[in-house]
Amino acid sequence: MKAYRVEVRISPREGLLDPEGKAVASALRSLEFDEVEEVRVGRLIRLRVLADGPDAARESADAMCRKLLANPTTEDYDIRLEEA
Amino acid sequence: MKEFAIITFPGSNCDYDCYRAVRDVAGQEARFVWHRETELGACDAVVLPGGFSYGDYLRAGAIARFSPIMPAVLEFARAGGLVLGVCNGFQVLCEAHVLPGALVRNRSLKFQGESVRLRVERTDTAFTNAYEQGQLLELEIAHGQGNYVADEDTLDQLEDEGRVIFRYVDAAGEPTDAGNPNGSLRNIAGIINREGNVLGLMPHPERCVEALLGSTDGKPLFDSLVRSLNGVWQPGAAPAERA
Repeated sequence: MKAYRVEVRISPREGLLDPEGKAVASALRSLEFDEVEEVRVGRLIRLRVLADGPDAARESADAMCRKLLANPTTEDYDIRLEEA
Repeated sequence: MKEFAIITFPGSNCDYDCYRAVRDVAGQEARFVWHRETELGACDAVVLPGGFSYGDYLRAGAIARFSPIMPAVLEFARAGGLVLGVCNGFQVLCEAHVLPGALVRNRSLKFQGESVRLRVERTDTAFTNAYEQGQLLELEIAHGQGNYVADEDTLDQLEDEGRVIFRYVDAAGEPTDAGNPNGSLRNIAGIINREGNVLGLMPHPERCVEALLGSTDGKPLFDSLVRSLNGVWQPGAAPAERA
């Protein structure tokens, strides 16, 4: 078993209204960051996972996302990992 | 007398309001069931109350959905038992995929505690048979994440199957943007499952059951449940006369 550092990035699903992102975008524009076209606010979850290999670590993180960490109705997720 | 099991999660804060509505107003038996329990015991209906179970961590209802009591609640629902989810209870039911869609942050980004106007879209259900079709209600909302979302196909399906039971409306009784407190798609405030035995809604009927509380518009929901549990109302029956 090896330890892996896993990062799960969860973001509001494309096409879905993201009121928090919209509010942050308008705050940035009011600070004269006129170059801001769009803001989406998501969530970052860092895990330390024991697994036989990178594939197994990814598979288990994916299962965690499907079951609990992300809501497939409203959120997309993306998993990154490296050996700890 | 019918017995209602009211589930208490850590962070539930409307469980006693539900208890009072069921016991003191609707005149039925009510019993709290702690979330660590794994059995409901003998009961005729289950209420998932409002509150902030597990501090709304991760997503509202996401962690409560895996509480030890939940398999028993889901089994009760699968067997056709009546389950009412109010506010956080609605969020839990969506997270458990008993009801479709999800409740995300209000478009105001703020917690909103206010009176809203609702329209009763259907009265031929176990939860609304004591209302009149199209009746306008004034109920309280108290939520930060009550903005109902689902994909277009799911929304169309809900509409086609007549599963939108309550809608936010304006003073004229129309589901306009002005009458929408939180940004919910199609002004949806409450929906029912296809089998008609599980209802979730964001507004709090249990807070509006006594004149002293400012509105009694939530009382017919509890009356409806009692009528259907007693067989006074049955599925497929014509919309009942006002109780």
